[in-house]
Amino acid sequence: MQAKRIGRLARFGSVAAWLWLTSSMLAQGPQRVPSTLAPASTPAHQIFDLSVFVVSITGGIFLVVGGLLAVALFRFRARKSDSLAEPAQIYGSTQIELAWTVIPVLIVVVLFLTTARIIFAIQDAPKPTAALDVTAIGHQFWWEFRYPKYGVVTANELHIPVSGNAASRPTFLTLTSADVNHSFWVPQLAGKTDLIANHINTMWLDPNTPGLYLGQCAQFCGTQHALMLLRVYVDTPEQFDAWIKSQQQPGRQDSAVAAGRKVFETQACMNCHTVSGTSATGRFGPDLTHLMSRATLASGAMDNTPENLREWIKSPDSFKRGALMPAMQLSDEQLDQVTAYLETLK
Amino acid sequence: MSDYSLPNPGTIEAVVSDEPRGTLLETLHEWVITVDHKRLGILYILYSTFFLLVAGAEALFIRIQLAFPHNHFLSAQVYNRFFTMHGTTMVFLVGMPFLFGFGNYVVPLQIGARDMAFPRLNAFSFWLTAFGGLLLYYSFLGGGGLYGVGNAPDVGWFAYAPLTARSFSPGHATDYWALALIVSGFGTFGTAINIIATVVSMRCKGMTLMRMPLFTWLMLVVSMLTLVTITPLTAAQFMLLIDRYLGGHFFDTQAGGSSLIWIHFFWIFGHPEVYVLVLPAFAIANEIIPVFSRKAIFGYPAMVAASVGIMFVSLSVWAHHMFTVGMTSTSNAFFTLSTMLVGVPTGIKIFNWIATLWGGRIRFTTPMLFCIGFLFQFLIAGLTGIMLSVSPWDWQLHNSYFVIAHFHYVLVGAVVFCIFAALYFWYPKATGRLMNETLGKWHFWLFLIGFHITFDTMHFLGLLGMPRSIYTYQPDRGWNFLNLVVSLGGMVQGVAVLIFAYNFIASLFQGEIAGDDPWDAWTLEWTTSSPPPVYNFEEPPEVHSRRPLWDLKHPDDPDWEYEA
Repeated sequence: MQAKRIGRLARFGSVAAWLWLTSSMLAQGPQRVPSTLAPASTPAHQIFDLSVFVVSITGGIFLVVGGLLAVALFRFRARKSDSLAEPAQIYGSTQIELAWTVIPVLIVVVLFLTTARIIFAIQDAPKPTAALDVTAIGHQFWWEFRYPKYGVVTANELHIPVSGNAASRPTFLTLTSADVNHSFWVPQLAGKTDLIANHINTMWLDPNTPGLYLGQCAQFCGTQHALMLLRVYVDTPEQFDAWIKSQQQPGRQDSAVAAGRKVFETQACMNCHTVSGTSATGRFGPDLTHLMSRATLASGAMDNTPENLREWIKSPDSFKRGALMPAMQLSDEQLDQVTAYLETLK
Repeated sequence: MSDYSLPNPGTIEAVVSDEPRGTLLETLHEWVITVDHKRLGILYILYSTFFLLVAGAEALFIRIQLAFPHNHFLSAQVYNRFFTMHGTTMVFLVGMPFLFGFGNYVVPLQIGARDMAFPRLNAFSFWLTAFGGLLLYYSFLGGGGLYGVGNAPDVGWFAYAPLTARSFSPGHATDYWALALIVSGFGTFGTAINIIATVVSMRCKGMTLMRMPLFTWLMLVVSMLTLVTITPLTAAQFMLLIDRYLGGHFFDTQAGGSSLIWIHFFWIFGHPEVYVLVLPAFAIANEIIPVFSRKAIFGYPAMVAASVGIMFVSLSVWAHHMFTVGMTSTSNAFFTLSTMLVGVPTGIKIFNWIATLWGGRIRFTTPMLFCIGFLFQFLIAGLTGIMLSVSPWDWQLHNSYFVIAHFHYVLVGAVVFCIFAALYFWYPKATGRLMNETLGKWHFWLFLIGFHITFDTMHFLGLLGMPRSIYTYQPDRGWNFLNLVVSLGGMVQGVAVLIFAYNFIASLFQGEIAGDDPWDAWTLEWTTSSPPPVYNFEEPPEVHSRRPLWDLKHPDDPDWEYEA
């Protein structure tokens, strides 16, 4: 109990310190720090509490050993008044050396047992029947999210329900990769797990507060690894149900933008992108059926505005050099048309 | 044993006597064909000093790019090349050649030998390492493949497959990377075998294993460890080249290959490699701390045992780099435990160093200052290592700036600090002149301050969720100010290294004449002249204890009466 209270106190202290350090000194618009010190989900909380314990032990070791070192340096510094003779030569002491072998071993035992408990608690947690399944697939340089039970496919912005005390509904992620290795990391929600081709990994989150949580790819995956950003929206159950319903709709058909749709389906766009309900079924790039429901483009590289969208289609390299989407050399008219079409995909 | 006939390089004697030097071309030729361990040691050290400046410059470019969010100083591709080359260079062309350079120079002198066991192999190994480095850097010129795919390796120094497959890394940059490491790896093998053979068979009369200076002991341990660790790396590089050119599928995930195989191979090399780099740092501290504390090393047998212990334990911890790849909970627990256990022998070492200081008369010379910096920084690096071994916490910290901070604490805070200590310590032996103490202290304090500004701050960036290997970051993440601080610290370190470079060159001409034994030290290399003659010792020395010079200086109170 005592330890828990200390842990909570330490957490409060460090969060407060970091809020101060990060907001007051560097405020440039709204800050969303993906801090490991502000956990918002059970695995992240357990890791944070464990880290407080580990820091208190290692901090203690630092104070003792570093203090001894400082005392030795100060007390035994050479002085002008020293005699010319050498100091007494001491070659060793079995008792003392035995002591400083046994004490570290005991510390290791304590640290290991505490750690092992958390490893098993997080990694081998049973999956409740109410859990939401999501498959995350890493691509150079974006995220594909599939909700197999709902038939929903989206990209880069993961929506999951809050899992509070009232209704426990954790999200279990199945992770793999379509190409090179990536790593899924949203620090406030959980530790990271790699996405590896030919290899299935799993992890789980149960965020307790609705909101937007940021993260990004944490395993170097090529040129644009830095712009493989990740947004997790934690929705209330109602918001989440509404979001699923809207995502299950096929792509909106609007005759006003038929020209743009024609460009999309006759140029190479459809080879890589899907718009459900149309002949575009490519899977190499993100699913665009509900592109306008997302806040960002190109895996968080820019805000989702009509101007950005048009520029992005015109020249992906100018935003994200090395992204695999080619510049399609469309005419200005075609660009306007296809942008207008994509703008209707709510 | 020493009756092979060596070509007589002669120049070192020419410096000692007043005979005129040869022409520049003759001198250069002598250095190229030399098989003298001292000259090869100096060549190793000059070579790695050069690459230290190169890789340091790369680091500064990296830090300029990261000083501000959304900075456009470097493009993504160039940034990725620079951080790959920075890491690869620092490990393979700076760290290892430096340490083998000191091993080459100091080990035969410390054991009273005339040269290494295999002088020609020694020269061959050096030139393999040297050309390996040139091959790596030639990629900037020759690595261009298809248009726009880059001309230097850009896959990270860890080069995780399948990013290195031809489909993801077209062109030849990755090939240069693999081949350069294979070539320099063979050089490393040669030197490691040579050091083992030298230590085992060339010790002078009276020098039993338990009377060897700890520097020599640790170089022996490191060489054995090197043989075990470079092997899997070389094997993996060959597998990679087979994949890229002979249609192999070791790492080809599209054809049933496995990325995890590469990761295992790489870290079975990569983790012991950390100890290959850090054990020589311990070796250097083991020589310098006793000399400037004016006391024998505390607990010599325990120091030897701890070093051998670290060697064995280090072979069982590699998968702590892999806590996030999806191992079973049991594996994660095992590697947590084995990693924590490294703390026990390293703890013994730190305690023994403090006990050596305790009751001494500590002289704060430049080499000693660097060793003291090492002690504090290695203590912190060890403790952050414990934090990273806690696998659940590692799920957060892995591949974040916390890890970058931790391993720079080891590789800069411990290894580079000890390399600087060793340079100041043995420079007078190799050149006959002392390096300037005032400049040395400026170098130390600036480097220390810059180091802490940079790497202390990086820990917090990691805790705030900043991943490694990113060429830019978003301005809304709360990382802006800290990144600027890190970059400024990097510049301070750069200035310090420039002071060092000036001191290193200027002291060659203006340094105070050192004499045979400027530090009042105790091991055999200080009995011969500075610089030593080609044959090292006029007569084969004979020792009766771990500190032969102590016995000479204190005939009334010799060491052999006390040593267990």
